[in-house]
Amino acid sequence: MILDILTPDKKVFSGEVISVTVPGKAGSFQIMENHAAIISTLDNGLVEIRLTDKSQELFNIKGGVVEVLKNKVVVLADGVVEE
Amino acid sequence: MANLKEVRLRIASVKSTQQITKAMKMVSAAKFRRATDAIVQMRPYANKLKDMLANLSESVADMDNVFTQERELNNVLLVVITSNRGLAGAFNNNVIKATNALIAEKYAEHQKQGKLHIVAVGKKSQDFYTRNKFQVIGNNNEVFNKLNFTNASAIVEAIMDGFAAGKFDHVEMIYNQFKNAAVQILTQEQLLPLPKAVQDAKASKVDYLFEPSKEEIVEELIPKSIRLQFYKALLDSHAAEHGARMTAMDKATDNAGELLRSLTLQYNQARQAAITNEILEIVSGANALAEA
Repeated sequence: MILDILTPDKKVFSGEVISVTVPGKAGSFQIMENHAAIISTLDNGLVEIRLTDKSQELFNIKGGVVEVLKNKVVVLADGVVEE
Repeated sequence: MANLKEVRLRIASVKSTQQITKAMKMVSAAKFRRATDAIVQMRPYANKLKDMLANLSESVADMDNVFTQERELNNVLLVVITSNRGLAGAFNNNVIKATNALIAEKYAEHQKQGKLHIVAVGKKSQDFYTRNKFQVIGNNNEVFNKLNFTNASAIVEAIMDGFAAGKFDHVEMIYNQFKNAAVQILTQEQLLPLPKAVQDAKASKVDYLFEPSKEEIVEELIPKSIRLQFYKALLDSHAAEHGARMTAMDKATDNAGELLRSLTLQYNQARQAAITNEILEIVSGANALAEA
């Protein structure tokens, strides 16, 4: 499954992942391989990515939208808080 | 010979001017590259957002969003985007001229009744419209010092709030769109209410799940796309500015070179004339002595 995290300023993340957890407006949810097509709005919060080598990566995003379509996940965030 | 010295001084001054224009060209070239980079970086986001809106277009069409509402034209807001600095050829002048033409053509009545407001982005338009006693709202000159989405959003959010509150019924932007380093396209674009043309786009035939609901997503995406449109205008104008300055300074450097050539010629001629004169004097002096 391929994940892209985009902001208007730059591409924050792009690559192959096992799963990703996003802070949906109606509650946080996890997206895994073969997830159904969905568009959901996101709150401020953490995007948790599990990479193919089982390591984890975190991004603190400032609201946005996520779209899942055919094992391609795109997170459009307004911004990413730099750690 | 005074002429000789004068020419020498002029050569020196033209040379130093040329050095300045050359340096400015280099600086602009570097900034230009960074500015076009920012546009490229924004593109994937913009495309994806457009796709998503296209997928939702049916619900956008019959949505009664604040920002898509056409209202009676009462108060007009013009967003005039220029640069903070000059020496970029006709860059700023073009925008101001086009804005004035637009005001004269479409909004003369509003202007008379004090229903025309201006948001100036960039010092050049800010100065012009303040000087000419227009109703200029706010001061947005710092945005170009650190141009990013957050800073740009602050400005456009104030505009959107004003629109939602009914302070303006129509918002237009005038700016230079970036085409390439040498060409800027003067653009006039409606920001609010969101033009219908943007809303009509072909949807893909995927059955998406929508969370929380289609309407709420649209509600959220519309302001996003307006913010992005404004940010894009700023990025475009920024890149166009540096492109325009680059070409203007390149021309200036060339012109200085030309001037230098003709001045050097003039200098050499004057010097040769002085030498000839001196020889003549010596020869005629010697002749006079020989005759005596």
